Amino acid sequence: MQLAINIAVLAAIYALIACGYVLIYRVSRVLNLAHGELMMLSSYLLLTTASLFSGNPLIALGVAVGLSLCVGVLVYLFLMRRMTGEMVLAAVLTTVALGVLLRGLVVLIWSAQQQNPAQALGWVNYSLPVFGGRISAAGAGLIMTTALVYVGLFLFLRFTRYGIRMRAAGQNPLLAAQRGISLHVIYALAWGLSTLTGALAGILISLDSGLDSTMVLIGLKAFPAALVGGLDSLAGALIGALIIAAAEVLMIYYVDALLSDVVPFLVLILMLIVRPWGLFGTREELDRV
Amino acid sequence: MSNREPRASGYFRSSYDQGLRLVETRTQWTSLILFLAVLGIFPFVASSFQLDLANQVFLACIGSVALMLLTGYAGQVSLGHAGLIAAGAFTAGILFKEFGAKFWVTIPAAAVIGALIGLIFGLPSLRLRGLYLAVSTLALHFVVVYLGGEYETKRGFSTGIVIDVPRIGDFVLRDRKIWYFVLFAFAAAALLISLNLLRSRTGRAWAAIRSHETIAEALGIGVPAQKLLAFVISSSMTAVAGALFGYYRGFVSVEAFSLFLSIQYVAMIIIGGMGSILGAILGAVFVTLLPYAIEYAVGLLPNARSYAGMLAAFNYAAFGIVMILFLVFEPQGLVGVWRRVQNYFLLWPFKQKPLGGGRK
Repeated sequence: MQLAINIAVLAAIYALIACGYVLIYRVSRVLNLAHGELMMLSSYLLLTTASLFSGNPLIALGVAVGLSLCVGVLVYLFLMRRMTGEMVLAAVLTTVALGVLLRGLVVLIWSAQQQNPAQALGWVNYSLPVFGGRISAAGAGLIMTTALVYVGLFLFLRFTRYGIRMRAAGQNPLLAAQRGISLHVIYALAWGLSTLTGALAGILISLDSGLDSTMVLIGLKAFPAALVGGLDSLAGALIGALIIAAAEVLMIYYVDALLSDVVPFLVLILMLIVRPWGLFGTREELDRV
Repeated sequence: MSNREPRASGYFRSSYDQGLRLVETRTQWTSLILFLAVLGIFPFVASSFQLDLANQVFLACIGSVALMLLTGYAGQVSLGHAGLIAAGAFTAGILFKEFGAKFWVTIPAAAVIGALIGLIFGLPSLRLRGLYLAVSTLALHFVVVYLGGEYETKRGFSTGIVIDVPRIGDFVLRDRKIWYFVLFAFAAAALLISLNLLRSRTGRAWAAIRSHETIAEALGIGVPAQKLLAFVISSSMTAVAGALFGYYRGFVSVEAFSLFLSIQYVAMIIIGGMGSILGAILGAVFVTLLPYAIEYAVGLLPNARSYAGMLAAFNYAAFGIVMILFLVFEPQGLVGVWRRVQNYFLLWPFKQKPLGGGRK
């Protein structure tokens, strides 16, 4: 039972991160390899807001999440906007460079020591019993947040005006622009939302298990989840996250703990060989890049 | 290189053979000989620290030229270059530890292993393109590094594998001055191999594949075979660089081959300028020396002591900024800057080439 709970928590983490990759890719065909770093930045922002609003953990949390939305929008406005229309690869490499820059900045501002935002907020991470296993409060929060975010995103993309615009921009940017949709607004929104979901993931992970630069690796390990499900499919990201998480937890449990960092990538390679466009992705995606 | 033709005022070639020459004009000969002379004198005037820098640059040159062949010419993106360097270094390290193999065994062995791994890295390229290919090489990087780490822990070298200094009889390769010439020879060999490949059938096939795969196939180029060949050659050269790196450091450990190293190599070819061997070299020089320049610059700041622990972070930040600046403002890289400067003087007092007159 404990194994199933571990899988569920890990799957929730991967799914929450993976939807950030999917959002940006689906709308602008850019793979954001700085997602892990943006996640880390948001968690460090929480650390700062926690000390600013000490005594009001909820406000601190809200401000940190709001700030990370702004960070995402700013990243688009000042950096990625210049890369629209360039080769896709150049855009991807720009995100890689952004990641390297953020990694340096985070250490310069907050130092490289392991931090504990839960402590800064004055929260204790209780361990709750469920169905004959145990789950940490932050872990439970993760699963709930992931469920909420996914439901929210589905509703947003299906029913709201901006959600429909986003899908239109993703399907055919030229046509969408012709219909009067401002692509820059849509792209900026996608970056903001993606950073926001990443921030939620990063903050919850750091509440659970502390905060240091290893978070970047978690962000990178969630990427195979997005690709296994299909880079342009939100539902796929959910399933992909489940598959990757299950594979990882079971391999650690039954084979070798050292495997944990490499299992997601092994699954990724397997998927790329068998079905490169992912479980739910559209096939012509491959030819467009 | 596309700009190898004499460019002062016209087109002087009168036969196809002339177009294939590596060194064409007397000016090029003199500058080449002068350059070689400077490189030859350098180790006798440089300090030990400067020699170390030069050696690192040579090592980086081999890797970046190899990556340039693959990405800049054949158009196949690889984000797993550090994995190949790791493969070379670990081949040398493992052969030495397990069998006590000498370096004249381990370095060719590294080349062979590199070629094999290149074949594996290349297989996805038959189905995937662009982004997806980059991702698959990224994944393979993690696999290779994992295998290296597994070997280290299982055999009890958890801090890394120590490799003895290479020796032939009584001659020990320890002095940085001797290393300088050895690495220079390897880098020059890599350069010559690449230049010769590029002006031959293979190089033209790669350029065709980069431009348009379908048309390349229609022209009778075996696209899958040529793609794999690009991967194999590039990986093999990289693995040799990795083995040399292991010997030069005397120490092999997985920590040295992080994803950041791959990013650095990609940065080299971007900062240098895609599709140019000169660019690969300039990029290697730039990226290798950047951390030292930053260390120096931080040392000049007031109360430099307090920043000493932050150097790595400064490096990361500056590296990221430089890479972004090049990607956004100078996608042609250093070579682009160089060509612009060259053109400025060639065309002076005019600003632009006459329309229709010049080639390109």
